Amino acid sequence: MRTTSLFAGLFLATTAMADTPVLTVYTYDSFVSDWGPGPAVEAAFEANCGCDLQMIGAGDGAALLARLKLEGSRTDADIILGLDTNLTAAAAETGLFAPILTTANYNVPGGWADPLFAPFDWGYFAFVKNAEIESPTNFRALADSDLKIVIQDPRSSTPGLGLLMWVKAAYGDDAAQIWADLSDNIVTVTAGWSEAYGMFLEGEADMVLSYTTSPAYHLIAEGDASKSYAVFDEGHYMQIEVAGKLASTDQSALADQFLQFMVSDVFQSIIPTTNWMFPAVTPIAGLPDGFPNALSAAQSLIFSPTEAAALRNVALTEWQTALSQ
Amino acid sequence: MLALHKVQFRQGDFTLGADLLIPTGARVAVIGPSGGGKSTFLNGIAGFIATDGGQVLWQGQPMPDHPGLRPLSILFQDHNLFPHLNVMDNVAIGISPDMRLSQTQKQQVRTALDQVGLSDKSASYPRDLSGGQQGRVGLARMLLRQRPLLLLDEPFSALGPALKDEMLDVLRQILHVTSATALMVTHDPKDALAFANQAILVADGVAMAPQPIQQLFDAPPPALRAYLGHWT
Amino acid sequence: MADRIIAIILRIILGGAVLAALLLFSIGTAVAVATQGLGLGRLGVADWSAIRFTLWQACLSAGLSVTIGIPVARALARQKFLGRQALITLLGAPFILPVIVGVLGLLAVFGRAGWISDVLTWTGFAKLSIYGAPGVILAHVFFNLPLATRFLLQGWSTVPSERFRVVQSLAASPWAYFRLIEWPLLKSVVPGAFLLVFLLCLTSFAVALAVGGGPRGTTIELAIYQAFRLDFDLGKAASLALVQFTLCGVVAVMAFLVPLPQTDGLGLGRLPQRLDASGHRGVDFMWITISAAFLILPLGAILIRGLGHIASLPYQVFTASITSVLIALASTVVCISMALGLSLAFARRGQVAQNLAEGMGILGLATSPLVVGTGIFLMIFPFAHPMTFALPITASVNAMMALPFALRVLMPAVRETYADYLTLRCSLNLTRWVWLHRILLPRLRRPLGFAAGLAAALSMGDLGVIALFADPDLQTLPLMLYRLMGAYRMDQAAAVAVVLVAQSLALFWMFDRGGRGYAGSP
Repeated sequence: MRTTSLFAGLFLATTAMADTPVLTVYTYDSFVSDWGPGPAVEAAFEANCGCDLQMIGAGDGAALLARLKLEGSRTDADIILGLDTNLTAAAAETGLFAPILTTANYNVPGGWADPLFAPFDWGYFAFVKNAEIESPTNFRALADSDLKIVIQDPRSSTPGLGLLMWVKAAYGDDAAQIWADLSDNIVTVTAGWSEAYGMFLEGEADMVLSYTTSPAYHLIAEGDASKSYAVFDEGHYMQIEVAGKLASTDQSALADQFLQFMVSDVFQSIIPTTNWMFPAVTPIAGLPDGFPNALSAAQSLIFSPTEAAALRNVALTEWQTALSQ
Repeated sequence: MLALHKVQFRQGDFTLGADLLIPTGARVAVIGPSGGGKSTFLNGIAGFIATDGGQVLWQGQPMPDHPGLRPLSILFQDHNLFPHLNVMDNVAIGISPDMRLSQTQKQQVRTALDQVGLSDKSASYPRDLSGGQQGRVGLARMLLRQRPLLLLDEPFSALGPALKDEMLDVLRQILHVTSATALMVTHDPKDALAFANQAILVADGVAMAPQPIQQLFDAPPPALRAYLGHWT
Repeated sequence: MADRIIAIILRIILGGAVLAALLLFSIGTAVAVATQGLGLGRLGVADWSAIRFTLWQACLSAGLSVTIGIPVARALARQKFLGRQALITLLGAPFILPVIVGVLGLLAVFGRAGWISDVLTWTGFAKLSIYGAPGVILAHVFFNLPLATRFLLQGWSTVPSERFRVVQSLAASPWAYFRLIEWPLLKSVVPGAFLLVFLLCLTSFAVALAVGGGPRGTTIELAIYQAFRLDFDLGKAASLALVQFTLCGVVAVMAFLVPLPQTDGLGLGRLPQRLDASGHRGVDFMWITISAAFLILPLGAILIRGLGHIASLPYQVFTASITSVLIALASTVVCISMALGLSLAFARRGQVAQNLAEGMGILGLATSPLVVGTGIFLMIFPFAHPMTFALPITASVNAMMALPFALRVLMPAVRETYADYLTLRCSLNLTRWVWLHRILLPRLRRPLGFAAGLAAALSMGDLGVIALFADPDLQTLPLMLYRLMGAYRMDQAAAVAVVLVAQSLALFWMFDRGGRGYAGSP
């Protein structure tokens, strides 16, 4: 029996909590942090659902899937929120997800049609830097330069996996060479996005793998215009983040309710200034000033879920091999 | 002649005072109750303990500070030998700690071993030797060094009576050959009488001047009487 | 006669039970992991790279620790100075310091945002970056140099003072001094010390996790963790686990041939007065200052930063502390029971039996906690939710990891007590209960206290198995610290580190003090 549950039981007075249905959502750490979307989402959903929404941070996006595989059908989770399209095929293969009926007027590049997952936001990966540093214009230029970068582990982090796919999409068979050239620029590989971004902010690296919207956060929330991102010739890889319902859930109706809530205007208008991504459904109020523009189709790179799943192991091996030399 | 001029050997909290003369060629037994300072006395003369004021003089000259430069050899109760060296090397370090010996020196070592009766054991290691044999190796080293002053800190106390007598015989031979001055700490009055012609009583933090040993035992001062008990 | 039979049966049960538990844990779990589908063919280039890296960094770390330890130990043995005893006691600290705290401290001094980097940028040089091999080796030396130094110092203290005096009275040159005293000493202590440090570095996890810097600094332990938690590739985890087990097994066998140094903390004794100190004062104090600075600066950095931010401690510290302490207490009880059981069963048997028992203990060190954790997970998985057993599994594995050290302290103590008092017991015809209760346990109280303190502190600081079974609900202090470091909340991390260290030391002190409290013990 977990100690925390023991304490929760001892110290919390017996309330109607015992009767309230609990919806458990596994998501990534930065989602549930104090400055992320978590608190606002929880407040908004609980106001109408007559339930207790428990959002649990379990590492970064890719770690979520690994966690799920570990727990199997015995998991307590009802919803997984925070996978992306690089992982949806692998997730579907586990057989742990149930079909959903969520519908909305999606504004996701390339449209959306997946029976198991619903998107909630999307963005483009980019290397974020301090504005005064001269931007490399592509991966080769970055590899040739002396710039120090910090990236994430593709096995535990969706940005990490995204970078892997980005290089693969842009360079195909030359990807291994690009990684070999990049290996001396890499300061370290972190497990998740938060740690990498934190390191960048503390000056441990010149650039960090993040999103085109990250500088917008500094501009809008902090009034700080000192960050920008490097525009790459090859284009930028896209990330579409999704949520899905677990077949083993004991709160099926409630889960469906949450997913529909997720694509509603209330939730979607929270996203831009808390998660700093493009919302999957454009809010009525529009996007805040200072947000970057969407890139053209030519500049947006993305693999379909099946392509991504097929390429993952190959790309991962190339990555590991290049970086372990 | 060994002279101690108002020396104060300090070891931790304990101070031992001595102001005495020992004539050349004397055989002195250093006796006294346990913890009285006998070992301190010997270690002080050897140079392992600094003195608070006062001087240790040999033949009128102050002794050098470094124990290795003093004209003496010292034999302890135990741990005289190096377990990883054989008997030959253990004796050889007496004249050449680097164990680099000339032919002459090697012959000298063999002679010394002969004289203590261990010539057939030169390749053995201390662990293969009996207590008595180990004692003889130590004596061989002393013999080899040929220093004029010999200090012995209860070197034979762990041996049985017969072995002890044997060791004392060897020691007497060495003294006869080298005419050295010898100071031996012992806790057995019988050994003291057998070996020495003079005795120094060390008690209550003071080393008294040497006296002819029989005289001392016939009219013992209170400290010595307490130590000897009813022994005559 | 019946009494003898009872004695034999008890001994078999006691010793046998413990051995069986150890075997189940180590070899049993390795087999369970292995049945997942083996084949070294599953290991890719990166995995072989990890294996190579693990071996060479362990070699280098052990080599550096021992090589640097020699002049430091010599300096400490020779010189008398104010604070010498305190420094020698401090040398015991990194061993029980939580690894993750030590890493945090090293980053604060040597990292890109650390003190040395600040000095470097100020003087126009590039910042220092220790991620990867340099960081791993630096951290390993930080933790193991003090250990090696203590072993060497202990060796020095076993040289009888007469031998020093004989050498002095012979006016030996420095070379002769080395040949007569230092060489045999080093020959007897260095191989064992090297082997022990090598083994500790071989099974390193938390260091690689924190400063490995990616695939280039991955150890086998870390690779097992990643294969298991991130890829859920049990087959690869199993293969790596088997490689790790084999490597450690080889080292454990070598440890049979080479005497491992004692790790008793019962005081290093007073070292004999050395007259040769004065000639080497300068060099010796240089070594002492460097090693003291190397030890104290990282710890100081954390202390300063942590104390300054104590007020911003997250509230989860409370529950995490309780979890940590509960696991530590449980682990201590299990560890001491096992150590006592093994000691009572084997201490009086011949040398072979004793070596066997100690070898079993070493097995605990050689088996990686991640392997054991993985194996247990696999064994439970078909039947139940393994996460529910996270606490007891962590406690048991921690107990196993501390066992070799507890054994090293207890076995000699039990042996001595029997040697000293067995005849008395027989002549007085004391019953087993009286013997145990009135004589054996009171005499063992001091080593028991020390061993218990050691086990408790090691468990408090552990970041191994718990990482495998962690879920957001359950955390211990080291895990919380790691997560804070991961979220780059360094100030809060430092504060938690201070709390963790304070609690570890408190537990150690409590047990050790409890052991010393007995007036009659030496």
